[in-house]
Amino acid sequence: MSTETLPVSSSVGERKAKALSDSTLSRVAKYTALRLITLFVTVVIGIYLTILIANMGGYVDTIMRNEIKYNAAQAVIANPANRNLAPEVRERLIQERIALEEKRLGLNQPFAIRSLRYLRNALTLNLGYAIFMNSDSGSRQVRLILLERLPATLLLTGTSELILFFGSVFIALSLSRKYGSFWDKLTIALSPTSSAPPWFYGIFFILIFAAVLKILPFGGLVDVPPPRNPIDYGLSVLKHLILPASSVIISSLFLSIYNWRTYFLIYSSEDYVDMARAKGLPSRDIERRYILRPTLPTIVTNFALLVISLWTGFTITETVFLWPGLGRTLYRAIGLYDTPVIVGSTIIYAYLLAITVFLLDFVYAIIDPRVKIGGGGAPQ
Amino acid sequence: MMRFRNFFGELLRYPSAIIGGLVVLLLIVVAIYTLVKIPYREAIRLWRGGEDVWYQNPKYAPPAWLNLFYSKKQPISFAVSSAEGEIEKVVTPVDQTISTIELKYIFDFQYDEFPQDLILYFKSSFSEKSPFVSISWITPDERTIRIADFGVSRTQTFRISQDKKLQKRLRTEDKVIPAMFSVANTEDYQPLKGKYQLVITATTFEPNADIDAEFVFHGKLYGFAGTDQYRRDLTLALLWGTPVALAFGLLASLGTSVLTMIIAAVGTWYSGWVDELIQRITEINLVLPFLAILIMVGTFYSRSIWVILGVTILLSIFSGSIKTYRAIFLQSKESPYIEAARSYGASNVRIIFVYLIPRMIPLLIPALVSSVPSYVFLEASLAVLGLGDPVLPTWGKVIENAFTDGALYRGLYYWVLEPAVLLMLTGLGFAMLGFALDRIFNPRLRDI
Repeated sequence: MSTETLPVSSSVGERKAKALSDSTLSRVAKYTALRLITLFVTVVIGIYLTILIANMGGYVDTIMRNEIKYNAAQAVIANPANRNLAPEVRERLIQERIALEEKRLGLNQPFAIRSLRYLRNALTLNLGYAIFMNSDSGSRQVRLILLERLPATLLLTGTSELILFFGSVFIALSLSRKYGSFWDKLTIALSPTSSAPPWFYGIFFILIFAAVLKILPFGGLVDVPPPRNPIDYGLSVLKHLILPASSVIISSLFLSIYNWRTYFLIYSSEDYVDMARAKGLPSRDIERRYILRPTLPTIVTNFALLVISLWTGFTITETVFLWPGLGRTLYRAIGLYDTPVIVGSTIIYAYLLAITVFLLDFVYAIIDPRVKIGGGGAPQ
Repeated sequence: MMRFRNFFGELLRYPSAIIGGLVVLLLIVVAIYTLVKIPYREAIRLWRGGEDVWYQNPKYAPPAWLNLFYSKKQPISFAVSSAEGEIEKVVTPVDQTISTIELKYIFDFQYDEFPQDLILYFKSSFSEKSPFVSISWITPDERTIRIADFGVSRTQTFRISQDKKLQKRLRTEDKVIPAMFSVANTEDYQPLKGKYQLVITATTFEPNADIDAEFVFHGKLYGFAGTDQYRRDLTLALLWGTPVALAFGLLASLGTSVLTMIIAAVGTWYSGWVDELIQRITEINLVLPFLAILIMVGTFYSRSIWVILGVTILLSIFSGSIKTYRAIFLQSKESPYIEAARSYGASNVRIIFVYLIPRMIPLLIPALVSSVPSYVFLEASLAVLGLGDPVLPTWGKVIENAFTDGALYRGLYYWVLEPAVLLMLTGLGFAMLGFALDRIFNPRLRDI
């Protein structure tokens, strides 16, 4: 996620601003409005596509209709009170039941109209009710189902991604200082290990630490039964967190360090850095003012994208470690054809992404004096 | 030719390129060998066949070569049959109608543990009177144990450990096999090493009657890769996983990178609304949940590996790398040689495919090779989620199988480790090769 390029329209304008016919304020306003509209349209199309796919263009309806028919028929036939009814009456009862159930789920409307209603609800964050899934507290509200899983996911993604991000930036910075050293070469040599996803390392970790050494649990969030004492509870969660978090970290640590290190090295071979060195500035100052400063936009971008990626969770890692997070909920929702949950989790991600992308434009303008919002004619 | 040789000379300067290249080459050789040796239909039959195909193998047996690391040698499974000539068969006619058939098999038992079970499969041909067999067992210390005597039907299975009479005779209920493989009349059974003989004497009562037997020795280890919960030989899955993984990885990365490049080139060349459209699609694609869509396609539509491959390519075309390519195309679009092509009247298509894209191949190749592992692992990831191809045996499916069967809880590590090591090897091989290629083709990286 962090390596993906951004749809950010930062354009490096010329240093000497041309004589602008309009004022800065109106330029910024115009740019902001345009940007907001494009991002909104992007989100709308993305969500609509997700809705179409999640319903398989209406095929899920057929599955659900058949299920309703079967359940209605079963319910009416199984009821002893209906045993003496005439077949036509019973048939009418079944039809009524089906109609009622279809109305409850909105299946009495054609899919095209319904999909637009789904879209409107999604865009207004009216996440609605799940079709089959329940939250642990028994609620059908998608909002509650997602909120209930959010802490577990944030705990796993937050811990691992933050350690990964700051760890790799700092290690990379110190490696770029001692480039060519043993540790530097070791990192380069180990960077291909990042081709394997976290769950893959998870398997090895489970094997070593849970199966062979028996010092850490195989998976789950807490011990069974959960400890009563909050401190013990926290410790138990921490113990369960170690393996999944470290597999996420290990799986991309070396490549991440390598990328940052290369990036810092490119900047530290600039002429102005040599100049600063020649002037005899302390290396700490050089690092802070001449290397970190120009790389700040990239660091911020990656960090912002990382923060929103925390939301999605790691579906497969969560499955392997039986971690009760959002990724697994999404996976279960797909298995149950529970469209509202799938769309609900997607829309939140889409909004977060759009907002981040939008804000990043302004952040760039603040931290990088060369960037001007909406300025310059450079093609994007 | 000269450039080619230079390129190889340079490639050989990178140890990672040599190792990676060798691994990739080895995988390709294994894949070709598998496809030639075990054709698709045969593989499906062996993998999906059912008990008829797998009955000879023990369940959950680790690979045989593990004995190299065990101080206590575990028995290795085998199966022999008189129809194949592996069991000695002597037919002696007694008179016109009656004849005796002696089936004898001698084997060397040099292990420190007992086998799981011994099973005999009889096949006989007769019209009315069924043949009568008596089975005996001769231990290395010259004792003869009578195992059973019975009349056989046309096909009959005889599990030695389950025979009630034999259990009584050996004065044990669940230790029949240990009793057969140890010194006489001991309480704690210790394996007795040496040559064991299985002798089956059959009497047939019809002129054309015949009998054949198959002796299956269910040890604790099996074959090159071991077996799973259905007694399936994992060697097949490991072998067949190779071409599947390579095909999926290579096709996905080739399809994705070539199409991405063409789209980026077209967009930059025509610019205007085409370019704008491509950019917007890329942004929309970023909003779409990639894995969730793949899972949805797998659940709702089809789990066939080719459908998943198609969707993967479709979703990966409009990725972030389109922007990287675009930036470079924008530069080369302004180069004089493009100007020259334009002035001699080259068509748009010609310029894109003959002048713009070939210049990018040096950038394409490392990206292509480096992205192979991610697709190989993607296929395995989907399989781990239970969305693997329904028919083909793949590495990911073996891992999923092992996981759902609790292989790690039960200590059956080989089951998970074998496919995992192969996945790792594939991933590392391509990643290392791609890494070196990247440095050769992008000299800017070489110094750092």
